[in-house]
This record gives sequence, C-alpha cells and structure tokens, in this order.
Amino acid sequence: MKSGSNLEKVLAAGHFAVTGELGPPRGNNVEEVRHKAHFLKGIVDSVNITDNQTAVVRMASWAASKILIEEGLEPNYQMVCRDRNRIALQSDILGATALGIKNVLCLSGDHQRFGDHPEAKNVYDLDSIQLIAAFKKMRDDKVFLNDKELDGAPGIFIGAAANPFADPFEWRVVRMGKKITAGADFIQTQCIYNMPKFREFVKMAVDQGLTEQCALLAGITPLKSVGMAKYMAKFVPGMDVPEEHIKRLQGVDKKKQGDEGIKIAIEMIHEIRETMPGVKGVHVMAIEWEHRAKEIVEGAGLLPRPVV
Amino acid sequence: MIVGDSKPLEEILEMIQGKEKVLVLGCRGCVTVCNVGGEKEVGILATMLRIARKKAGLAPTVDERTIERQCDPEYIEELAEVAEGYDAIISIACGVGPQFMSERYPKVPVYPGINTTFIGGALEHGVWSERCQSCGNCLVHNFGGLCPIARCSKSIMNGPCGGSANKKCEISPDVDCIWHLIVEKMAGMGRLKELERVWPVKNWITSRDGGPRKRVREDLKQ
Amino acid sequence: MRLQYPTNIKIIQLPCSGRVDILHMLKSFEDGADGVYVAGCMEGDCHFLTGNFKARRKVNYLKGVLAALGIEPERVEMFNMSSAEGPRFAQVAREFTAKIKELGPSPVKKAKAA
Repeated sequence: MKSGSNLEKVLAAGHFAVTGELGPPRGNNVEEVRHKAHFLKGIVDSVNITDNQTAVVRMASWAASKILIEEGLEPNYQMVCRDRNRIALQSDILGATALGIKNVLCLSGDHQRFGDHPEAKNVYDLDSIQLIAAFKKMRDDKVFLNDKELDGAPGIFIGAAANPFADPFEWRVVRMGKKITAGADFIQTQCIYNMPKFREFVKMAVDQGLTEQCALLAGITPLKSVGMAKYMAKFVPGMDVPEEHIKRLQGVDKKKQGDEGIKIAIEMIHEIRETMPGVKGVHVMAIEWEHRAKEIVEGAGLLPRPVV
Repeated sequence: MIVGDSKPLEEILEMIQGKEKVLVLGCRGCVTVCNVGGEKEVGILATMLRIARKKAGLAPTVDERTIERQCDPEYIEELAEVAEGYDAIISIACGVGPQFMSERYPKVPVYPGINTTFIGGALEHGVWSERCQSCGNCLVHNFGGLCPIARCSKSIMNGPCGGSANKKCEISPDVDCIWHLIVEKMAGMGRLKELERVWPVKNWITSRDGGPRKRVREDLKQ
Repeated sequence: MRLQYPTNIKIIQLPCSGRVDILHMLKSFEDGADGVYVAGCMEGDCHFLTGNFKARRKVNYLKGVLAALGIEPERVEMFNMSSAEGPRFAQVAREFTAKIKELGPSPVKKAKAA
C-alpha cells in the first residue's frame, strides 16, 4: 500500500470506486463544510476537496480536508500549481499528510483570469505532471525535488486529472500516459457527457495498457437544468455536452429537469460500468448539489459502499 | 534592447549533430548591439562549427547570413529561396527569431543559438543590466525613475525589505538594492514624502501573468 | 642583429595587439594553423593604454573555445615583449614552436588528412 487510504484499498480490492466532490466555502464557515460533508458520508469512498476552483478564493483545501477527516470522511486533497511554487507545494504536502490526508489530486489549476482575482500574478513553477513526479519522488525515494533527504516521507495516493474532451483529441491519451509515467495512481476525468467519444478514449487507453497501470475513474456531473447544460456547452472550456442531452432536459417540465439530469447521470454510470471494463470507478461531481449525490450513487446500484 | 547570451558551444554542437548543411543566421537588431547575434558573431560561431566539423572529418558546410531583423516577416521572407536547403538553421537572435523562422519554414529544424536573458541596457562596453520586465503598466516615474518591478528581487512596491544592507540586495553583494537607490534618489529630489504612500496591489493582467500578449494597432493595420 | 627564429611562423602585423580579433585567431585554426600566439607590448606600455590587456582577455576566451572544441588550449598563447627586445622575440618564437611540435599537428588538420 502506498498510503493505505480507503480509496486505495477499495480499488485494490477490485471494487468499483466512487469518489465525490466538495467545494470549500468562500469564507471560513466551518459548519458549511460539515454540512456538505454529511451528505456524502457513506455515499462515496473519498471526497475531492477543491483548491480554489475556477481561481475563486475559498477556504484552503488542506483545512477543509482536515475538517472532513474529523467528520469521518476521507478527503482527496486537490492541489493546483497556479498559486504555489515548489517550496510551498512540497511544504504543503508534508503538512497535509501530517494532518492525516492520504490522497492528493495534482492539477495545473484554472488560470486566474477565469476567477475572482484576475489581476493576480500566477506561479506555475511546476506543471501538474511535474507535481505528480515530485510527490512520487518524495514518497518513494524519500527525498525532496533537490534530492535532499526527508525527515519523514509522505505516504500518499497520487491522483491526476484527464480531460478526454479537450483538444487535440488524439493527444489526450498520450498526455494521460505521461501522468501515469510520472507516478499517478489514479486518474479522474473531466465531466463526461459525450459517451461515444469517451468510449473511444477508454479504448485507446486500454489498448495502450494504461488502465492496467492506473485506476481510471470516469467523471460524472448531473445536469441540473437546461440553463446549466447550455452554459457548460458554451462557456466551459474543454466541455462537450451533446445536443441530445439538452433536448432531453428541454423535453421535461422545468421543475423536473434536475431529476432528469440525475437519471441521465445514473444511466451513464450503468453504461460505463457494464460496457467499459477499463474504467475502475466514477467520480461524482455534484457541484453545489451534494445533497443529491446519494440519489445518483444509489440509483446506480453502488450502495452500500464496501468497507475495506 | 533585448539582451542575450551565447549558448555553450557544446550545446549547439549537440543540437546539430548529424545535420549536414547548416546555416548560422544573425540579426541586426538588439543582438547585434549586445554583441551576441550580429554579423560578427555569426562569423565566429560558424567558424567554430566549421573547425569542429573539420576536426571530426565531416563536410564543413556551415554557411553564414545576417538579416536586418528576425522579428519581422518581411526580412524572414528574404530566406525563401535558401532556407529549406538546410538541414539545420541556428538562429542567434532573441527567442523571436527561431520561432518566426520555424513558423515560416516549417520543414527546417531551427535551433536557438543564444539564450534570451532580459530587457536592459549597456552600462559600459561588455556589461549589460536588466531594466524592464515588460509588466505592461509602467510606473517608474513614481520611484525616481528606477523600476522596482524589474530591479528588486522580490518586485516589492513598498520597499526596501528587511534584507537590504549596505545598498545591496540580500540575494548577492553584486546586486544593488534598488529600493535603497530609490530612497536616495527621491530624497535627493526632495520627494521622499511620495514614498510614504502605501502602494496597493498591482494589476498583473497586463504582464505575462494575464496570458500571452498581443497588440493590435487599428490605426496601423493594413 | 641577425636573429634566427623558426621559418614556419607566419607573422600577421597589427597596429596594436588590442586589434587582434577572436575571428582572426579562429580563422587561423580553421585554415590549419597548429598554434597561434599574440605578441603584444609589455603590460603598462601599451600606446593605446589597454590594448595588450584586451588581447590577453581574448586569448583566454579563445582557450575556452578551443577546449570546448576538443583542441588543446595551449595551442593559443599571449606573450608580452618590448619592440626593443629582438632576442626575446626570437626566443619566444622558438619556445612556442617547440611546444606546438610537442603537441603535434592540430587535430583539425589531422582529420582533414585522414
């Protein structure tokens, strides 16, 4: 075991894993974190705690992760390269593991121009792939990036992200392969809506043997409404929402659109689980909709979660 | 001007290993002025490469050429007849050169022969110093004409920091503490009071942080 | 004075050793010279004040270039001598020639012959 985290154990035991997501508050409202966490308890194997997602300032990911541990859940501590140089990144992973955090997700991070402080300087000292390699080096070789020995190495299960829908399509699998080569233990994908394209992506990954080396978790985000679907299709870079989903949501009463979105999500999980053996789990991102995550996981027949 | 440093000869030799016909391409712009990429330096580098090839018993085809500017498509175009006849082109211009060259002549591998280091000026013959970081929002007049963004190691706007000693920066006794100089200069001009202002956070959008930059002048565009 | 010095030395006259250029010396090696030396005035005696110091710096720079090219840096040297020192000129010529002979033909030339 690399970290002995619940997520690692669930995957090692061959179970179809389920991870969730929780966005820390835009303030230090601890109750908000506990409140959201309570909806996910027993529903998912571990929970991604976003790191200033979309470059909007929020409570530190490590702190919200710690609160989650107190609540009896397991966090996937997200770390972006946008705001920290190699000194801070290495320091933070040491601090995070000292607090009991066992999973980390390494990301480049959305550019700050998308966020609420577009005038900020950025860092990007390392990129996501270099960050993965740095953490692997710290864990396995027990040294810092500069090869100096650690006084206590971080046992950490290393995650990374892949977006099968960004361009150029053919390069996406290669890049995911680079992340695996760098040391990723698990990969979570961007939200999937275009199933045929995702199937093609998974096939390429399987053909290249990548799904044997690393656990691939498919990203699922329920569409809450026609408005959200259209917004994602139009304004979120690298997001592929096919017209058929939008039409299907348009076909139901406005109040029922959310339910329909959840139905679509459940159908997608079934399809992935039953027809894509290369995929080892799902990452359910019910953004600001944590209270409905249970419906999705339950509907997909993935409850109760295994105890390992 | 844009200041550069020649790449180590070993690095250049490794780049062009196995390439038969090589062109060393200079630029009469900034890199000529800072003695790193003009006609003279083209001659020196090409001669070095020819010596290396003769020594290795290889055909010493290393041609020399210097164009007006490598940052202007019209001069890049002058090579249309010859560029693709080479197996390698070593551009000894700033980082713009190899990019403009390989954009225009995609079939030829173009290698950078110099490292672009900074925007600066000559202190004396053979000595250059950084002056500008192209943050895109010049404020030097507020600091006695000395830029704290480019010349303070921490780009501090309300300096000097606690590491200033004997007019030098904490990173090295060879680096001036620009904030010490700013304070002295402003004091000399009787403007010290102005430095008491607490400078608010800077907008870095105009700098590289805001993403790659592009400038369009509608009044000049054809 | 009828001083003897080796006939294999080709002298290139310059108004001042400061005028010597990296390219002059490099071209000599390219064209097959086995060694190159600069004979400048005594330090402190330069008519143009610092010409001979500049020449020495260029020679030192070229030593680095030769090393990078895998050529013995000793094949280029700087010597200071007064124009009134004929015997010293001849002596340096003999000594440098002997040293270069010891090093053998320039590796640039050897490869060409092969």
